[in-house]
Amino acid sequence: MDSRELTPPPAMTPATVLVLLGLLVLVIASFTTLDLKWGELFTADALRSSSEFLGGFAPPEMATPYLIKVAQATWETFSMSALGTLIALVLGLALALPGSGRFGVTARAVIRLKLNVLRSIPELVWAVILLIAAGLGPFAGTLALAAHTTGVLGRLFADALENLPREHEETLRINGATPMTAFFYAALPQILPQLLSYTLYRWENNIRAAAILGVVGAGGLGQMLKYHLSLFHMQQAATVILAMLVMIMLVDGASFWMRRKLNGV
Amino acid sequence: MAFELRGISVRHAVAAHADVPYALYDISLSLAQGEQVALIGPSGAGKTTLLHTLACARQAMSGEFTAFSVSPWSMRHEQRHTLRARLFLAPQTPPLPPRQRVVTAVLAGRLPQWGFWQAIASLIRPREAGAAHAALARFNLQDKLYARVDRLSGGERQRCGMARLLLSSADAFLVDEPLSALDPTLATQMLAVLKQEAQTRNATLVCSLHQVELALANFPRIIALREGRIVFDLPSAQVSAEMIAALYQNEHTALPEAAEKAPYCMGTPC
Amino acid sequence: MSAAQPTSKYPDPAWHGRVMLAVVALLLLWPMLQASEFQPWILFDKQSLSSTWQFLSGFVPPAHSPEFLAMLLEATWQTVAIATSGLVLALLAAIPLTLLATASLSVSRLESGRMRNIAVLVRQSARWLLVVLRSVPELVWALLFVRIVGLGPTAGVLAIALTYSGMLGKVYAEILESSDTHATEALLRNGSGRLAALFYGALPEASAELVSYTTYRWECAIRGSVIMGFVGAGGIGQRMDESMKMLAGAEVSSMLIIFVLLVAAADQVSTFMRKRLA
Repeated sequence: MDSRELTPPPAMTPATVLVLLGLLVLVIASFTTLDLKWGELFTADALRSSSEFLGGFAPPEMATPYLIKVAQATWETFSMSALGTLIALVLGLALALPGSGRFGVTARAVIRLKLNVLRSIPELVWAVILLIAAGLGPFAGTLALAAHTTGVLGRLFADALENLPREHEETLRINGATPMTAFFYAALPQILPQLLSYTLYRWENNIRAAAILGVVGAGGLGQMLKYHLSLFHMQQAATVILAMLVMIMLVDGASFWMRRKLNGV
Repeated sequence: MAFELRGISVRHAVAAHADVPYALYDISLSLAQGEQVALIGPSGAGKTTLLHTLACARQAMSGEFTAFSVSPWSMRHEQRHTLRARLFLAPQTPPLPPRQRVVTAVLAGRLPQWGFWQAIASLIRPREAGAAHAALARFNLQDKLYARVDRLSGGERQRCGMARLLLSSADAFLVDEPLSALDPTLATQMLAVLKQEAQTRNATLVCSLHQVELALANFPRIIALREGRIVFDLPSAQVSAEMIAALYQNEHTALPEAAEKAPYCMGTPC
Repeated sequence: MSAAQPTSKYPDPAWHGRVMLAVVALLLLWPMLQASEFQPWILFDKQSLSSTWQFLSGFVPPAHSPEFLAMLLEATWQTVAIATSGLVLALLAAIPLTLLATASLSVSRLESGRMRNIAVLVRQSARWLLVVLRSVPELVWALLFVRIVGLGPTAGVLAIALTYSGMLGKVYAEILESSDTHATEALLRNGSGRLAALFYGALPEASAELVSYTTYRWECAIRGSVIMGFVGAGGIGQRMDESMKMLAGAEVSSMLIIFVLLVAAADQVSTFMRKRLA
């Protein structure tokens, strides 16, 4: 069989060629304008020093008092991610109501804009800003996670609500229920599984974000990591990185299990 | 009078029927409090539109409409909404959220009487499970009190929707095809419960039916619709077999089914 | 109907579960609130309010001197360039790893219906490598590379390249495996090599999804490269870190505006590309 018979080469429109050319220009420009120091990575000298650097990680620090400290920081990180996600779930839902056009077109536009701003500023940048109001520590990190995630979840929830057929709610409203009770009795039960599933996905994302927020001083494992790396305590840093990996895998597993329960039952 | 209609015309909810601009045309009738009436007629005759008009879910293009001696469309929005609590419209296929439990779906009939926080609390712990149980028991569904709606058969779902009607405080039941998913025994039981409940409360019962024999046997008054107009409005004793035959003649050349299933919306024309 | 029978006569089977769930949630919530030092009231104490007010009042008007804007523009371009270069390197690394990790592109599986042991071993190690690469957050890679190659964009490019090769490799393998394997198998059976099978069998089937996922990742890489600036890997993030340390509200506010615009633009470009190329 001639393989070319299976798939004729796709026809390229001029516009597609232009897009591809534009991409090529972007890539070339990116590499040429950046002051990339490959030399410092690939000379024999550099290779030796970086392998020394990496070799310093082994073995990870495993003394019990240190492990307890790491465990505490892990719990702190976990709490930040869980609380941040929980707050975002509540606020996101509250904002999704006006965001789905239930209180008029103006409210919808204003809320959507607000959600977009919340969403486009990453957690870490929120953390840096919130440090001023909330001070150093995990509280600023929790608020930062909540702020960004509220934007993400609020928009997803608003879209889900907008795509919902309206007749369930209309039936209750025709019979005299108020818009809010009709929402809780007809709309919410329909989108709840989807809503929780989105939230769990975001939680998986937030556990990763929570792990690094400490780099700017917002608590958790990241703060330990930055501290030890800046003092070149490589073995301690290795333990922190391992703890991050284990925590991320556990949360991914838990979230996967919960999502399956949610859709299976 | 529970309802007064004078020369009511209602547009189609969907604009697809440009050749037949009206779902209802020049309808005049009055329904007394406590009266029990069956609506019959071929598919697309306007039965559902008439029920929606009575329920203040659709506004008429022209004509006068009063419910309980007030004119809903000249009232303020909030007042009209208060009036709606006195009217219960049961759609043909009750839209029940699949993952909701039967008890919650049935208790939704109480929503107009409950405050917001009472309604929320009932989602966490059903407030009047006893009342829901009693309502379901009248349809032999009490075993399903805590079952999930998506575990019910079509007929059970339909009866669950009627149990919601029993929990409402309405003075008028506007019921659309309550028997479509039921076998003959259950259909008879359903009609008996509806009639009995309406009589106990002295509520007006308007019920659209495909089963003409059941309509004639159970309702003292029959209103026949075809192509949006009233063909006859008579005591059931005066309805003859010829009239029925004429009503359903060439049914399939009449309006398409879609006209009856058109989406409805509140207050504003779609 | 108002004389309802007592609810207790019809006990809700879900009630005990709900109470238990609430108790467990509260028991968990309390230590979590403790651990994250959740004290909303400190947001409203006098000192915090006044420093926040001082900082925020600098936001209006945003800094807009020509030199500052020129610097900002350069930093923004650097951020985009770091993301793009990093993603290209990630692609270069991800493609061979994908080929190794994709089961449907296996030649040995065809012969016996099973893969050879050595092939399984190679495939598993490729998958584990992908897992490790993507499980370490990019910021951690950046922190490490800043220590090796010094401050500047190199660390950012390397960090994105490593993390994203893991993500791209995993998702590419999934996409290729879930797309219809019929054409691929036919090609392999007729003696085509792995690459030919990829280009003529699997790719055309899955190209839309591959392009769409790659552009989505490019969008993510832009956010990522902003963040990495905070550990000294160049771009707008590094500038923002400097402005924050000086509490220069006006500069931060221009940067945030640029930032929202940049993310929105990346969003638009990636939507456009998905439509164009998919």
